[in-house]
Amino acid sequence: MPSAARLTKVGADRNLHSFRQIFNHFAKPEQRELGMEITGAEIVVKCLQAEGVEYVFGYPGGAVLFIYDELFKQDKIKHVLVRHEQGAAHAADGYSRSSQKTGVCLVTSGPGVTNAVTGIATAYMDSIPMVVLTGQVPTPAIGQDAFQEVDAVGITRPCVKHNFLVKDVKDLAPTIKKAFFLARSGRPGPVLVDIPKDVTTAKCEFLYPDVVPMRSYNPVTKGHPGQVKKAAQLLMEAQRPMIYAGGGVVLADAAAGLVRLAKLVGFPVTNTLMGLGAYPGTDAQFLGMLGMHGTYEANMAMQHCDVLLAVGARFDDRVIGNPAHFGSVPRKIIHVDIDPSSISKRVKVDVPIVGNVADVLDELIRQLEPLVSRIDQKALKSWWAQIELWKARDCLRYDRASPIIKPQFVIEKLYEVTKGDAFVTSDVGQHQMWAAQFYKFAKPRRWINSGGLGTMGFGLPAAMGVQLANPGATVVCVTGEASFMMCTQELSTCRQYRLPIKIVNLNNRYMGMVRQWQQFFHGNRYSESYMDALPDFVKLAEAYGHIGMRIEKPAEVEPALREAFKRTDDLVLLDFLTDQTENVYPMVPGGKGMSEMILAEEL
Amino acid sequence: MRHIVSILLENESGALSRVSGLFSARGYNIESLTVAPTEDASLSRMTIVTTGSDDVIEQITKQLNKLVDVVKVVDLSEAPHIERELMLIKVRATGKDREEMKRMADIFRGRIIDVTESTYTIELTGSGDKLDAFIEALDRAAILETVRTGASGIARGERVLKV
Repeated sequence: MPSAARLTKVGADRNLHSFRQIFNHFAKPEQRELGMEITGAEIVVKCLQAEGVEYVFGYPGGAVLFIYDELFKQDKIKHVLVRHEQGAAHAADGYSRSSQKTGVCLVTSGPGVTNAVTGIATAYMDSIPMVVLTGQVPTPAIGQDAFQEVDAVGITRPCVKHNFLVKDVKDLAPTIKKAFFLARSGRPGPVLVDIPKDVTTAKCEFLYPDVVPMRSYNPVTKGHPGQVKKAAQLLMEAQRPMIYAGGGVVLADAAAGLVRLAKLVGFPVTNTLMGLGAYPGTDAQFLGMLGMHGTYEANMAMQHCDVLLAVGARFDDRVIGNPAHFGSVPRKIIHVDIDPSSISKRVKVDVPIVGNVADVLDELIRQLEPLVSRIDQKALKSWWAQIELWKARDCLRYDRASPIIKPQFVIEKLYEVTKGDAFVTSDVGQHQMWAAQFYKFAKPRRWINSGGLGTMGFGLPAAMGVQLANPGATVVCVTGEASFMMCTQELSTCRQYRLPIKIVNLNNRYMGMVRQWQQFFHGNRYSESYMDALPDFVKLAEAYGHIGMRIEKPAEVEPALREAFKRTDDLVLLDFLTDQTENVYPMVPGGKGMSEMILAEEL
Repeated sequence: MRHIVSILLENESGALSRVSGLFSARGYNIESLTVAPTEDASLSRMTIVTTGSDDVIEQITKQLNKLVDVVKVVDLSEAPHIERELMLIKVRATGKDREEMKRMADIFRGRIIDVTESTYTIELTGSGDKLDAFIEALDRAAILETVRTGASGIARGERVLKV
């Protein structure tokens, strides 16, 4: 903003003597309030405005009343009133995941914080940037077992990237600045700022710093060029190469780089559950998702490759299964990750590259370009021939002639009807896996699910955040009746803000994944996994002012979906009564190696 | 294997709990932990004695570095270093044992820092092994109370752990 005209004006203005006045004159209006003392609550709101925050997802309460009062007095930031604090955290999380912005949630002390913990831990496990502002009892009351007091910093310490308790109003603005910086830099994650009520009434001058130096926090960006060179050479020597890309590619907005790299070398690509969309699901080089419910070809190729390029993925238990079994096949591994502690944690790697995935991929492509002629095309061709044989097993096959609705069929039709272009959130369980397997995501940030923590109840509130971050976009929440009932109350929020989410409820009257495990590993003893006394979901939707549809026959699936998506202004809950006995295949049983899959045909 | 890890961290409230919480959450061992501010009051220096395989120690170092409050981490065991621990031990010192106790303290280069008619309090500094040896050398029945600080460590030679 300080233009030449402005400079002359300052020079000409005799009244501007002090640094403070000059600063006030130059700084962006939302970043300064020097010479005048304002309350902590005003500072909180001004900080959020300075960060360009559009939405705050929250729920008021005693400790945050002054902050809510300041929110009331302005109209730059819109507040979204959820019906339970878990919903606030999930909505802020969904907002972050589906955009390149940082979701913000605001809750009160005590139960406000504890209710939000599930949502914070969900974001933490999937490295989602998020800023959580929590109210706290006044500083003199801390430690006195005051009403609605919990040790928020203590409770959330293991599930945040970092957290702060602000004891002095002077620290408030720099702390909020730090929170946003920490949340989105390096390996992203949720950051919590706990603000005692008396800090929101105390006053000081406001200055929102542009940068906050932190000597103890210097995340790396560029990968080591020597390591990248080694990686490039290793890739060129591969006979059976494989690219394994995870959520880190999505978070680093490096999907374009991944595609360029894959196209340059012609190697097969798999995505983790968190990475879906990082590589287009319809591309011929894509082998589908890998892992516990990954495709046969992706898991076999991962197991039998000789050079593996792992990008923004962390070899977790749901991906490689038993690490000893995975390690029993010799292969060279290149691992690119922003977090050094993710490297050589579960699997020893040969070429570690610590750095921002986007930067490292760019550098790798630059180094590979002059070398690609060295690729052993004959070996690569026979590797692809092997992969085609694995593909021919058609591991995602299911009974298309079934008179009962197959859940996979619903997802296939959903994909067709939305032309593969929807934002899809999910809850956790069988429906999540089917959505991951059958919806072919073409773009990153379109698949929003709780991969790490596996939080049932995530789907609907996350979809609210997604819809607000992407107004006008088609947003679908694929869920199951058990997961959906964990956060149903947010239907009310959806009504208040007119969020036209489409809810695809794959209703099999069971906690399907629990039932599947009980069938496979617990002798068909379906202990407490049957959901008796379910509500009428059509009436439930109607009770909240939405539209409900029940679909009982396969022939009705597509027309129902078309009808629902025509209603672009309405939330429609589609209750599909699906096959109760359907299982997710392939499946790698717990503790087994990733090539030891149970396939549908084997049962 | 036993490792001695030195950590320089921000002297902030809660920094200690971040470190100890990390160890308990990830199932790492803490044999001893000492911490106090350095000559720069904004920094604390922590020494942790831990045990684990090379993989575990690598993870410990990486996870510690990941903590936002941690400025620097060094595994002192990787190079020559010095370790010292302080012990205060209160012993029964009556009759002929009184002279014997004094001699024992002298042999171990301990100092008697508090005296009553029937007790001595001895201050002893050294490696953990030396302190163990002292305890072993005493008649168990004579030991009234012991308090040990856990090891503090520093690298030998020119190597320094500083911001």
